[in-house]
Amino acid sequence: MGTSVVEALTLDAITKRFGALTANDAVSLSLNEGEVVALLGENGAGKTTLMNILFGQYTADSGTVRVFGKTLPPGNSRAALDAGVGMVHQHFALADNLTVLENITLGVSSLLSPSAGQSAARDRIKALSQKYHLSVSPDARVGALTVGERQRVEILKALYRDVRILILDEPTAVLTPQETDDLFATLRLAIADGLSVIFISHKLHEVMAISDRVVVLRHGKITGGVRTADTDKHALATLMMGTEATPPEVSQSTPGPVLLKLDHVATPDVGNAPGLKSVSLSLHAGQIIGLAGVSGNGQAAIADVVGGLVKPAKGRIEIGGSEIDRWTPREAVKSGIARIPEDRHKTGTIADFDLTENAILERYGSTGFSKAGWLNWRGSRAFAEAIINKYDVRCPGADTPIRLLSGGNMQKLILGRVLEAAPQVILANQPVRGLDIGAVNYVHGQLLEARARGAAILLISEDLDEVMALSDVIHVIADGRLSPGFGRGRMTPAELGLWMAGQGFEIENAHAS
Amino acid sequence: MDIIDILFTASFWAAAIRIASPLIFATLGELICERAGVLNLGIEGIMVSGAFAGWMAVYSGTGLWVGVGVAMGVGMLFGLLHSTLTVPFGLSQHVVGLGVTLLATSSTYYAYRLALPEVTSPPKIVAFQPYEIPLLSDIPLLGPAVFSQTPLTYLAFVLVAVVGLVLYRTPLGLAVRAAGENPAAVAAQGLSVTAIRMGAVIIGSGLMAVGGAFLTMSAFDSFFFEMVNGRGWICIALVVFGSWRPGKAMLGAVLFAAFDALQIRVQQTSIGAQVPYQIFLMMPYILSILALVVMSRRAEVPAALMVPFNKGER
Repeated sequence: MGTSVVEALTLDAITKRFGALTANDAVSLSLNEGEVVALLGENGAGKTTLMNILFGQYTADSGTVRVFGKTLPPGNSRAALDAGVGMVHQHFALADNLTVLENITLGVSSLLSPSAGQSAARDRIKALSQKYHLSVSPDARVGALTVGERQRVEILKALYRDVRILILDEPTAVLTPQETDDLFATLRLAIADGLSVIFISHKLHEVMAISDRVVVLRHGKITGGVRTADTDKHALATLMMGTEATPPEVSQSTPGPVLLKLDHVATPDVGNAPGLKSVSLSLHAGQIIGLAGVSGNGQAAIADVVGGLVKPAKGRIEIGGSEIDRWTPREAVKSGIARIPEDRHKTGTIADFDLTENAILERYGSTGFSKAGWLNWRGSRAFAEAIINKYDVRCPGADTPIRLLSGGNMQKLILGRVLEAAPQVILANQPVRGLDIGAVNYVHGQLLEARARGAAILLISEDLDEVMALSDVIHVIADGRLSPGFGRGRMTPAELGLWMAGQGFEIENAHAS
Repeated sequence: MDIIDILFTASFWAAAIRIASPLIFATLGELICERAGVLNLGIEGIMVSGAFAGWMAVYSGTGLWVGVGVAMGVGMLFGLLHSTLTVPFGLSQHVVGLGVTLLATSSTYYAYRLALPEVTSPPKIVAFQPYEIPLLSDIPLLGPAVFSQTPLTYLAFVLVAVVGLVLYRTPLGLAVRAAGENPAAVAAQGLSVTAIRMGAVIIGSGLMAVGGAFLTMSAFDSFFFEMVNGRGWICIALVVFGSWRPGKAMLGAVLFAAFDALQIRVQQTSIGAQVPYQIFLMMPYILSILALVVMSRRAEVPAALMVPFNKGER
């Protein structure tokens, strides 16, 4: 084996602007053969843009990409693939209605060749799946696969083409911890075979676990590069954010009166998702109630009930002590309930609307935003600009379509929209999903401030650490049933885990009957 | 004559197959466009232009098959116009499609008036004649119904199999289907979504024009205004009815054609004499709507149908 280092990839002074936003500012980066470089950066630092330029999906305004010494033509994915570059996109580039095999073989052989050669392809896919522990059936419809399986298909797509450089754009954002471990095992096998990897992430422990070298991107510029062996999580966090990352202090709370009460609420099942089974829950002023549980156990149902999207089939909702009979999203907003929705893209924002429009989406009828049926654009815009300044939403301006913002900045706008309404009750459903540490600490800090102001907060999260760190009282939800409330520090993660697995509810039911 | 008796006559089924043929051409054309993600509402006008172009070519002295080629070429030109506006420019597919229909229809009528300024009744050509396939045409009932048609009809049914094979068994067909499901997946594999979609719309439009040419060169032997008479719109519905699959779409076309052939014959029965004939004219459409309601509930729409794709945009 030779000792000389072969440079697999060189990015030279890449610059890319989207309108007034400079996503990449003269970024240079190199990757050696068989090396894993982690590209670390906050949401919106320009990581994905850089990789899309490398993969030929965007065209850089200036700068060049060289793969094994050869300069790639700009904006040409085919050339990148032919040079041996593969990319696993953060939002998978798969067609749901096609099979795994069809997704993998798409575009591999010439479009003019007469036959698809399916059986040979099937054998090859099976061989690759075995070799790299990527079990997935070649003839399954992609739409029927779990998220983890889809990611395996994406990796198989690259391996099927014998790529020599693989770009993974936040590959673990949607995976469970077990799936993440499996992914790393697969990557190590491929790296041993000479694959070079660029691993994009903002999760520090993963970066520490998989990479040889870390390159930090901040506000579109390279701000640091270190060997993984010479650094630690703390130092990386500081490099990534430019300041030290400190989680907000959580003090003891003094609960006030009950603001929102669910009294034996039941809802019907929706498809595979269980409905609520006689759930009773009280949200007190100045308190954070955490809802822990494995996703798909009724979290969506409880969020929909609180947000007014679903009217309980049985049971009562009380606000400030009086029963509510007409229960709609509008009633919920008027009653002082504000929500941070689970999926900011689908239900939190309207992608093509600008920041101003998105900021007033839920309250366009309120004073300041409209008068006598006419929208007050001046007031609305001032409101959006106030949010942008106060919550540090990084964007070119209030008239930017919100789809151009990174996830973290989008979430900050939603947070501002929620908090500026000074709501009595805040429904925070997965408020930090997909955000980097800086943004996570920021969102948590803001929620704690809202609590200190006297708001009642319902925090729904699949991340047990998050629930345990913030909540004054924790309930566990499993199969649509709600556990009793446990005060801060009363339960260990292991004990909560048992409840999450559905144990303990029988005894509880026996007491109730 | 009883309705049941009608169903067992060879002439009824021969008529159904004949009426279905132009629908099959145009439905296949529309299906190819939609599978690639582009709704082509230019179909009605493209059929009109194909009907005229093929017939006019033959009237000017070319052979029948050359006439089919001319019709296809004219259709492809309108396909080029449609796809240029909808694919790289990403304009509204509804507006562009209706625009192409209006443009194709009116420019065809204009061309007709320019070419034949003096005539009151349109001249006739020698159209495709039925060809009895040896042996097969001797089968009782089936023979005269199916195997005594014109060559263009045979071509229509052969094309169903060809389109099916290309879509499901070749890399090209896979790329077309993927462009209609998720263009980002196509781009990520290094293919050009623009080229695939434009190609599909151009080929599909060519087939629509051949469907129109069938009317003037096989079903009849002359060109009239209004002769396409909404068949293009029926084909849009047939694509949905067929759940975007060539074989099912063909069955839908034959079913609609059978209703149409049936209503003409029922009009001549004793019951038919007492009912206003407009009721019978409505029948195929009403039955098609009912069939569409039943079938399309389970139809799998191409996920990216009518979604423009712009590379490099977030």
